[in-house]
Amino acid sequence: MDTAYLIETIIKVVVILLIFSALAGIGTYFERKVLAFMQRRLGPMYVGPYGLLQVAADGIKLFTKEDIIPTNVVRPIFKIAPVITAATAFMAAAAIPFFPQFTLFGYTVHPIVADVNIGILYILGVMAIGLYGPLLGGMASANKFSLLSAARTAAVFISYEVVSGLAILAPIMMVGSLSLIDFNNYQAGGIANWIVWSQPVAFVLFWIAAFAETGRTPFHLIANDHEIIDGFGTEYSGMRWGLFFIGEYANMFFISFVIPLIFLGGYGDGSLLGALGLIAKVAFFFFFFLWTRAAWPDVRPDQLMWLCWKVLMPLAVINVVITGLVMMF
Amino acid sequence: MKMEQFNDRNVADNGYFLVDIEDYPTDGWGKFKRVLKRSFKGELFVGLWVVLREMIKFDIHTVQYPEEKMPIGPRYRAVHEMKRLWESDAERCIGCGLCEKICISDCIRMDTKIDENSRKEVTEYTINLGRCIFCGYCAEVCPELAITHGGEYEQASEQREHFVDYEYMLTPLDKMKAGKQLEFEGFGAITPHEDERVKKTPLAY
Repeated sequence: MDTAYLIETIIKVVVILLIFSALAGIGTYFERKVLAFMQRRLGPMYVGPYGLLQVAADGIKLFTKEDIIPTNVVRPIFKIAPVITAATAFMAAAAIPFFPQFTLFGYTVHPIVADVNIGILYILGVMAIGLYGPLLGGMASANKFSLLSAARTAAVFISYEVVSGLAILAPIMMVGSLSLIDFNNYQAGGIANWIVWSQPVAFVLFWIAAFAETGRTPFHLIANDHEIIDGFGTEYSGMRWGLFFIGEYANMFFISFVIPLIFLGGYGDGSLLGALGLIAKVAFFFFFFLWTRAAWPDVRPDQLMWLCWKVLMPLAVINVVITGLVMMF
Repeated sequence: MKMEQFNDRNVADNGYFLVDIEDYPTDGWGKFKRVLKRSFKGELFVGLWVVLREMIKFDIHTVQYPEEKMPIGPRYRAVHEMKRLWESDAERCIGCGLCEKICISDCIRMDTKIDENSRKEVTEYTINLGRCIFCGYCAEVCPELAITHGGEYEQASEQREHFVDYEYMLTPLDKMKAGKQLEFEGFGAITPHEDERVKKTPLAY
């Protein structure tokens, strides 16, 4: 491993960390604004022009709040839980190609930290570890609502993971690789080559599983405010709670990258237009996360498990079988 | 704003109708059919379209309160005002004491004396707004339309005493000179076009 590669990797890691931490903050601004407009409100308006500096105000608040650790909590687990959520969210980003490779000052940059050959498996695995944050935090909090939230996390955990894994299996069989760059190159021919046309069921299933993965609104039961206060976040304050938040929003952004990369052609042939196309697709999927939050009701935990085990998993299995049969003959 | 839609109590004619709700399925096949129907009917997309439509229409209902305020009705009963006479700029209050008498929460206190012109003069007049329930009886009973309710609902001050002050309620002289005193149109006030509706009392029966 030569020094240039090491420096390049470190720079890429820092850039990704900074950009997506900032995006997580700006994501909260967009969420507030979009939700407000859909509910005929204005949203944040006072801090800065059109409330743009609200993110900074929130940041200052989170950083300067007292870090309260209640008496009866299991201290080491309570302290590490938010870090798990935030860290795994960013760790998952290591195998995501954010852009096509480009040349900067005569030096070819690959905007992916590590093009490992098990990319998609690694991303799904690390994102799944992220749910240990709510699980451990909820169990360590010595709070009934947090404990309920931890139980729900476990339920979500075992339910959606099967669906997302089986749904993604059919595209993997078609591409024959787990690297997201290979996925992208498989679809580089144009819109007609997108996997979504040959695997529409897998696309919808994976999209649904992405909502459970990030804990967004139809499956927001992990931290439903109106039922269990803030769930696993009830006992947290200050920046520890903020880490949960950053993890959630970073996860939303990363899964919004993964869905277009697998199903919707990613950055296409690697031109500038393709890169802009990828950003547009990511923006749409992120917007859809906010959109559903304004439009759809939440499901109960038992409904989520019913949906995942009795509806989505059989569909995914049938999809895999049909894909295999079509590929064989 | 038109009041007809609020006064019409016959809701059946206003586009209300009974929603046709099916019975819940009892057997497995019925439940399966319901799942299929719900999955492919696209009800979720109706919800998505509704919120997106509202976002595109951008019909924002927020009132950014300290900068902009909702118009307030003329019959709104907020902090009292003491009016002056248009002709002489003198105070309208004649010290009859009716408002003090009728006040059901006992918050009006007044003192009067006979001045050098043998007219009754008000020396003290206080309303304890901490006790006042803003019922409007004082404004209704006042024969001179002197004490009325204003539209000033933002009561905030450093001193509780500010709210009992007669000077605070009295129309300032400069405002009076500028002809900007607003007549109360609310509870107990003269109705508009009262002059045209007054009939002469016949002298002989």
